[in-house]
Amino acid sequence: MSEKVIKVENLSKQYRLGDIGTGTISHDLNRWWYNVRGLEDPYLKIGEENDRTTRGINKYIWALQDINFEIKEGEAVGIIGRNGAGKSTLLKLLSRTTTPTKGKIKIKGKVASLLEVGTGFHPDLSGRENVFLNGAILGMRKQEIKNKFDEIVDFAGVERYIDTPVKRYSSGMYVRLAFGVAAHLDPDILIVDEVLAVGDAEFQKKCLGKMKDVSGRQGRTVIFVSHNMAAVKKLCTVGIVMRFGKIDFNGEVQTAINYYQKDQNINSRFEHFGEVIKAPGNENIRILKFTVSPLKGETITVSSGIEFEIAFYNNKANINLDVTFELKNSDEVVIFHHGKIVSNSKDAKLGLYTVKGRLTPFVLNAGNYQFTLIFGEDQRYSLFTIADFIQFEVMNESIGSNSSILPGIIRLPIEYEQSFQADIANVI
Amino acid sequence: MEVTAQESGQEKDAETWTEVITPRTNLLDLRLGEVWKYRDLLWLFVRRDFIAQYKQTILGPIWHLIQPLFTTLIFLFLFGRIANIPTDGIQPTLFYMSGITIWNYFSACLTSTSNTFLSNANIFGKVYFPRLVLPISIILSNIVRFGIQFGLLIVMMIWFQFHGYPIHLTIYWFFIPLLVVLMAGIGLGLGIIISSLTTKYRDLVILLGFAVQLGMYATPIAYPLSFLQNRGYARLIAANPLSPVVECFKYCLFGKGTFTLGSLTYSVTFMFVVLFLGSIIFNKVEKNFMDTV
Repeated sequence: MSEKVIKVENLSKQYRLGDIGTGTISHDLNRWWYNVRGLEDPYLKIGEENDRTTRGINKYIWALQDINFEIKEGEAVGIIGRNGAGKSTLLKLLSRTTTPTKGKIKIKGKVASLLEVGTGFHPDLSGRENVFLNGAILGMRKQEIKNKFDEIVDFAGVERYIDTPVKRYSSGMYVRLAFGVAAHLDPDILIVDEVLAVGDAEFQKKCLGKMKDVSGRQGRTVIFVSHNMAAVKKLCTVGIVMRFGKIDFNGEVQTAINYYQKDQNINSRFEHFGEVIKAPGNENIRILKFTVSPLKGETITVSSGIEFEIAFYNNKANINLDVTFELKNSDEVVIFHHGKIVSNSKDAKLGLYTVKGRLTPFVLNAGNYQFTLIFGEDQRYSLFTIADFIQFEVMNESIGSNSSILPGIIRLPIEYEQSFQADIANVI
Repeated sequence: MEVTAQESGQEKDAETWTEVITPRTNLLDLRLGEVWKYRDLLWLFVRRDFIAQYKQTILGPIWHLIQPLFTTLIFLFLFGRIANIPTDGIQPTLFYMSGITIWNYFSACLTSTSNTFLSNANIFGKVYFPRLVLPISIILSNIVRFGIQFGLLIVMMIWFQFHGYPIHLTIYWFFIPLLVVLMAGIGLGLGIIISSLTTKYRDLVILLGFAVQLGMYATPIAYPLSFLQNRGYARLIAANPLSPVVECFKYCLFGKGTFTLGSLTYSVTFMFVVLFLGSIIFNKVEKNFMDTV
């Protein structure tokens, strides 16, 4: 059994929304004056719309609450969760840019964080100077950087530009150089946050490979935060799912991803009751209902087929109205982008439209999908768009003796033909 | 090293972890050892400050010379010609230039360290390194600047040597580095106090802008302290802890200046007090400033 390298105990981080000492003196005085008159703090209202305030009753937000986990040497841990789940706060604490309110983090070994590549890059300095500066900021000694300098430049592929100020670099070169420094840090624990969003596909592959190297072969620990489930799956062995500042799930990465995506599936059916004006939408469109259901049976499976139905209120008369359905899988790959023309001769009416669409069985492979809806005018102008509105899961169905999920984005019924001729050996 | 299950008691725990992050640590624990570990970074920051400032300029570091030269010219005209303020018998050009040189060092230390948190928030928010590295690097990179300007002063002194103002070479020249350290200490101390407070109250940034400017006139830079004798506000100027340092600096160079051992001790004490206060406040703020900045 390998050793623990990180142990987090009852870790909590509280952010103050108001309270004395967050604003300027005038705010503080004003707050005090309200307090004297027995009124509510005038600056607290800002925080009221924050999703999480409902839990902390106004004054405080617990960005993290009683987090406990351990990470063993050589593990690659993916931290996933929705925006505002506390992922970044956790990384900030781990990389020591801020301190916890309560609890402890125990760390064994050298930590390097890549919260954003190119930290401390000075635009006016040359690539060479920046490699040294950045390396030192990340905790390397000068001699270490010297030894690895060629390797870094080689990795980034910017040899020709190494003595040019980095402000003249293309953004790709900039990121490659920055990541090159970070990738050669040789830390015991590497913390990475969404760096792969930049750079071309080839470079992304290179980065993933390098990180895999770090975690796999060299026995180092990687903590990786990303919304890209494909990257998390590829890189990590363990997944931690966070939700509202707490750990929801901690375990094997595929299970964690499934857990996270299933958690989002709660909204695979949307129906709005009550005033139309409060339904999602804008002055043109209000969505009252959107459901995804199987054509036959109770659950959506590979063979069930899918029916999706939308009911929306149109508030713009006499236009050419259309609605487009865009389906993406969990790797953010668009499966289709398909529109239905609701009216084609400038005669859209005010009122409730219902549109149904059907996908025949054996189109989608098992996995998680999400719908984006785009309402358009003249098939050109967007009236209203809502991204990732509905998530749903297609369950796997075993074929014959094979019960595992097959690779591939789609799962088509393919008609095969087969023939056979004996004696061919004799012909040769 | 193998850790067996039986051994993993509390004491063993403390031994195996290289780092434990907790909410609060000792206020007086400056972790200077850690700063030493990051000395390469310190040096690279000094280099960066120096190189980056004059990238894409034609004259480069020569600007360090032009600024004091022109200020001296203005002072010669304003205080020498128009206001007719005496210069303690010191050659006027040298008198002004020496004052400007030491004042420049102080004001540069103060204004740049006071910006530590605000201008580096983006780096501080991403990676950890001992925060104290930055203000210290500023003090050091300004020493280089001071050195260049001091060199100019020496050149001027040599020039005036041949024009009837012999150089006053004494043992006191050895005290000059100590005076520079004293200036740096006061600048650093005040700077880190201000930088810590500006994470909450930005007003101080604006205030500091003209406070430094006015501070120069409250320090005997453009006039000798002796000029103020028998005037009511002389005490006020003498209460400025920088006054004895400047006067002593001029005494070391030219053999003329108004200071006592007592007034110098006052300055030294002041330095230690602001450094002490500064490091406590800095230490407290650096932990969580990312939440408020």
